Formats: sequence, structure tokens, C-alpha cells
Amino acid sequence: MVNSASAVYLDHAATTTMAPEALAAMVAELSRTGNASSLHNAGRQARRVVEESREQIAQAFGARPSEVVFTSGGTEADNLAVKGLYWARQGAGLTRPRVLATAIEHHAVLDSVQWLGDHEGAEVEWLPVDNTGLLSPDTLRAAIEADPDRVALISVMWANNEVGAIQPVAQLAAIAAGHGIPFHSDAVQAAGQVPVSLADSGATALTVTGHKIGGPVGAGALLLARGEEPVPVLHGGGQERDVRSGTLDTAAIRGFAVAAELAAAGRAEHAARIGQLRDALIDRVLAAVPDAVLNGPPPGAARLPGNAHFSFPGCEGDALLMLLDAKGVACSTGSACTAGVAQPSHVLLALGADLARARGSLRFSLGRPSTMADVDVLGAVIGEVVDRARRAGRQSGVSQAAAAGAGNPAVIAAGQAAAS
Amino acid sequence: MTGLRVLAAMSGGVDSAVAAARAADAGHDVTGVHLALSANPTSYRTGARGCCTLEDARDARRAADVIGIPFYVWDMAERFAAEVVDDFVAEYARGNTPNPCLRCNEKIKFAAVLDRALALGFDAVCTGHHARLEATGPNGAARLRRSVDDAKDQSYVLGVLTSAQLSRAMFPLGDSTKDQVRAEAARRGLAVAAKPDSHDVCFIADGDTRGFLRRRLGSAPGAIVDADGQVLGQHDGSYGFTVGQRRGLRIDTPAADGRPRYVLDIEPVSGNVRVGRAEDLDVDEITAIGPVWSGLNPPQAPVDAVVQLRAHGETFPATCWLAGDGLRIQLHAPARGVARGQAAVLYDDDVVLGSATIASAARAQVPARPPL
Repeated sequence: MVNSASAVYLDHAATTTMAPEALAAMVAELSRTGNASSLHNAGRQARRVVEESREQIAQAFGARPSEVVFTSGGTEADNLAVKGLYWARQGAGLTRPRVLATAIEHHAVLDSVQWLGDHEGAEVEWLPVDNTGLLSPDTLRAAIEADPDRVALISVMWANNEVGAIQPVAQLAAIAAGHGIPFHSDAVQAAGQVPVSLADSGATALTVTGHKIGGPVGAGALLLARGEEPVPVLHGGGQERDVRSGTLDTAAIRGFAVAAELAAAGRAEHAARIGQLRDALIDRVLAAVPDAVLNGPPPGAARLPGNAHFSFPGCEGDALLMLLDAKGVACSTGSACTAGVAQPSHVLLALGADLARARGSLRFSLGRPSTMADVDVLGAVIGEVVDRARRAGRQSGVSQAAAAGAGNPAVIAAGQAAAS
Repeated sequence: MTGLRVLAAMSGGVDSAVAAARAADAGHDVTGVHLALSANPTSYRTGARGCCTLEDARDARRAADVIGIPFYVWDMAERFAAEVVDDFVAEYARGNTPNPCLRCNEKIKFAAVLDRALALGFDAVCTGHHARLEATGPNGAARLRRSVDDAKDQSYVLGVLTSAQLSRAMFPLGDSTKDQVRAEAARRGLAVAAKPDSHDVCFIADGDTRGFLRRRLGSAPGAIVDADGQVLGQHDGSYGFTVGQRRGLRIDTPAADGRPRYVLDIEPVSGNVRVGRAEDLDVDEITAIGPVWSGLNPPQAPVDAVVQLRAHGETFPATCWLAGDGLRIQLHAPARGVARGQAAVLYDDDVVLGSATIASAARAQVPARPPL
């Protein structure tokens, strides 16, 4: 089976290709010495790079430079927002134990919230979404108003990583602001595909990361409104506004900033282009597999332009992934792994899917390098792959009928293998 | 013949890694698959002895990297729990002594996994079992032979496979000793070359089978009785006993003759454990059920064979014949300590003829005669 670098990469939501400009800027920076916290010339040079990068990132995401808190990536930023804001909101004793978050958050938020519930006395309330993954503002309002004074924070992801649902973040943030409750949104998937602005959204904090927008893995940020002082998760030198410690990764931050600037500048054009590709991809898949089900909102304003997510009735997602991989097509079953075992997606279950539908699903996500040729390849192979996966899904007792007449290729081959 | 599409089951151990490497060297299109047998892998073994931990999955992945083949993890936890673990528990509850490795080969590796592999377009499943396969059985089907390494031979736990299953199996290690396999792994740069062999039951993390069964089956008190039915003591679960067991009987009254006592039988309904003298363990008449014939066609007349009655056990010359749906085995000399639930695997020299599950064993007063 083919398994070198996939010829057709349709997993840009997992991580995407670095922009050449970001790569060049990062590599140039890697060759320099200097800690951005040092006071000498080399340190000042590194600090200058960091602060220029901070300004670019602030500009790209509608924030002030002082509102950019660099982190190691999205997971750390989510942990800092959820845990840090929760702790900061407690007075003497647990005065505000309620934490509201959607049931379809990324694990970085989901597990942080659950951890607060399990270990810090938080009263966790998972907000339900509709069958396309959207949270209704009325649902949030009702949840808050049950006991608004005891809410520590609200976390609602901007765009869902699996089914691409885009939440009405500004509306939701306004409801939270009306009660003076901090509102965090994980905008990792939204960034670069829809306009993401801390100021315009009215959110308290937004999570963004470099490697989903053409920057490197290992650099991200929590965009954090002024005046917010989350309790640190990482303690140390207090390099970032005293809420995040650790020597700043000047080179990665440089790459992140260059990518952010490019992504913001080219966003509308990029979104339109991959949106067209995505629509073609959906058409091709549905033409080849008429009973495939598109999960998430219909293509349009409520769906990420680079996201297509299907359930294939009668198939196991991991079988589909393996068969596509063998044909050089990379995609995702879209869920977290334990020892590489895909768990049924909590997102699809929250959308009302049953276990079989949740297991039989695949995400295709487009990025800057994607072309119509990629879509064509997928369209050419998906029908055959689904047929085969269905046979595997339906199989029972093949081993009993596997005598396969005379001739015994495996045995002959085994003899050769053993002799080698 | 080369160029088959081969699924190599990779446990994370040295044998399956070398088997996969050899299949790839032989020109096959090999894909490595680690079978995740627990829904919560960390709950299984924490040491390096088993085959179900996250570390084992990583070892398998690294071996696939070094060999240069694609690698995936298949979640077989539900099937494994239903077909192997639950069966293991149910068999003990019935007073039998099951062999879970054999059941795993029969129901998981060469059934659930093989079926899925065939449906997905593979031609064969390759494992690191120490056994030989040759294409000279009846009708050109597979013939299963013992490994050249007597100490590591695993043909016994493969004896339950049908010709159909064997025809899609690939065992590349049968012509090598374990030492040769380890040396080859080291030559190939496989990090698992010196990894300890797995032992015991892979799904019992601490190796405490009795404790595992107690948690699953709870307390099931019964009596320990002698041959005359006299109660000698009590136990809290017959699943803690195996035919032939001597230690841990906890009988207060010594035997009249002062000699050690052994478990002779576990009565399924009453849960009584019958004990007696060593010589009372001798049996020569065995009835077995569910016969499978991989090395010959179902015999129309009695056949002489050597029979192995437990894993790594000695072999006994015997005459065997079909009786109804079952198999009768008349040992030419008595065997000691034959447990219900174990497989009786029939060999012609080192070639597996077939197998069946032991349902009863007794000492004949007058030896049974095969039908003429």
C-alpha cells in the first residue's frame, strides 16, 4: 500500500502546510541567539522580534498588542482561559462555581472544564446544540439566567473542528457581557477562514494557534481583554503579563505572526476559493455515495468554508480512513485517540447521531494548497472505498467461507516468507 | 508467490515484528495492525509482559516504522470482551479450564480480524506464531506443523483453526528458533529485540487469575469432597481450582494414607471440588466436542494419532474416532490431570490433524473399543 506522504492531503484542520514566508522568517530567526527577556543587545533584538510579532498578531485578530498572551498553542491557551478565569472569579470560597460550555468543545476545553468539575468543585453545565451543531442564544440566556451571579465563565468555540459549525459568537458574548460574565471562545479553527476579532466579538478571551493558519506548531496565543487576570497555569518568570511563564519562542512566534498577517490579509479570497472547492467536494462525494449524510450546517455562513464532514451508513470510519490512506488520500475520523483507537465522536453524539453514525464518519478539510485535482481524486475513489468498507462492516463469518476453493496463495507465500 | 496484500497483526512483541518484516521482505504488500483489545488500554497490563498496553501499541508502531509499512490500530475490544474474556469467565463458572489464547486465535485473529481484512481487500493475515504452514494438506489446503523450536511451538493454540482459516494465514516464523528471531530483530534494528516474552493471560493485569474470576463471578461457595462424597472442606468458588491442582486446597484433615491430594474434578452444577490420590488423576478415555479437521478430512474410520491435552504438555499415543458430533479419544496409556475445556489437539508426528474441546475424561475399567 502507498503510504509515503499522502498525494492528496485533505486534513488541513489537523494541521496545514506552513506558508513559505512564515517558514523563511522562522528559519532566519532560529539562527539568531537571544532571549527576549535578556537586557543586552542580543536580548533586545529578540524582544523586538517578539513585540513586532505581537503587533502583527494583534492587528490580524482585532486586539491590542497588550492583549496578546503568547502560549505554546491552542491547548495551553484553552487551559489558561478556562482554569485561569475560573479561579480568578472565585472570591472567598466558591462564590461562582458554575461553568457553562457547549457539549461540542474541543478536548482542550472539554477536558479542562470537566477537570474543574472533578477536582475544583465546579458545577459544569454542558449547553446543548441543535442537530447541525449550533448553540442558540436563547439556550445560553436561559442557562445563565437560572442563576447568573454564580456563573464563573462561559466557553463556546467559535467554529467546531469536526463539523465546521460557526457559532454566533458576538451575540453570545453580548449576552454574557450583559451579566458581567467572562466569555471565552476557542477560535483555533475559525482563524483564517472567518473574520476573527477580539474587539468586534466582545469576547473576554479568544484562543488562536499558528499551525492551523500556515504558521508553525508550538506557537499560539490567548487574546485576553485588558483588565482580565486569570490565575496562571504555568508558574515561573511571568514573561507574558504575569499570567504565562516560559522563555518566549522567538522564532516560532515570528513564523506565527507572518502567517497570521498573511491569513488575515488573504482571508476573504482564501475562504471563497476553498468554499468553492468544498462545495465541489460535497457534490462529488454525494454523487458517488448518494446515501452519505453531510453533518453540520449546510454550506453557507454557518459553516467553515474548508470543512466537509460525512457519515457513511454501514461503514466504520477507521476502515474508510485506511482504505483512503492506501490510495494516497489523507483525511480524519475527526476524533481523539487512545492508542490510536478512535472513540465515537462526542460532537456527533451531541448532534443527535447514534453510535453507528458517529463511528462511520469522516472529515475532509481543505487548506491553502488544496486544488480541484485533490477533489477529483477523492471523487474518483470514494465510491469504491465506501463499497469496500461496507462489505467489511457487514461481514460475518467470512472466515468460515474463506476456503476459497483450491489453490492456497497464502500458504505458498508463507513458505517463501519463512525461507527468506 | 509474492505480491499478496497481507495484514500483519502486530502485538508490540518481537515475534510479530519479525514476522511482519519477513512478509514484507518476501515481496508482499504488508500493512501492520495492532489490535486494541481493551477499551481502556491502561487498565490492562502495566508491565512489559502483556500485549495490550499503550506501550505495546507504541512498540508495534515503531516496529512498523522501522520495517517501513503502514500501521493502524484496530479496535477489537468489544469482540475480545465478548468472545474471549466473557467466554473465559463462563467456562470457569462451568467448572472448565479454558485456554483464552486458543479462543483468541479462533474467534478474533482468524475470525473477526481475518473477516474484516478479507472484506477490506487483504489476502491473508500474518502473525508471529511459532508454527509452520505448508501447502500440502488435503485438497491442497494448509497443513499446520509444529515449529522447529519445540520450546516455543504454538501449534497447539492454532489447532482449533479450520482449513479455511489456515488457508488465509501466514506464519513466517515456523522455521526459526526464538533465539534466531531475536537475533534477526536486533539485526533489523527493531527495538523490541530484547523485549521479554509475554506470559500468563493478557487481560489479567496482575496475573492473579483467581482474583480476576472472583471479581467477575463473586463468591460461589461449595464443598471439597473426597471420592466417597465425604466433605473435607469448603471453598468460596470452584473457579479457583483446576484439575490436577495440589496446592492451595486448604483441607484441614489429612488423607488417611497421609499422601497428598489433588483436584480430580469440578462438578459444574453443585460446584463441588472432588479431590483424591494422584493415581486417581489417570485417565485414558476422553470425549471431546466440536472437532475441527485441518490436517485430514473428517475420518470415516478410527485414526491413530498423538494427542496433546494442554499447552506445552506432553503428547500421548491414542486411537481417535468420530462418535456422533463428538470425538472419542482412547489413550494407549493413561494421562494424568486432564481438564475439561482444554483442547485435545491431534498430531501425526508434528503435523496437526485436528482438534476438539475436552468434555469429559475417565479411567476405563474396560477400554472402549473403536467401532469396527
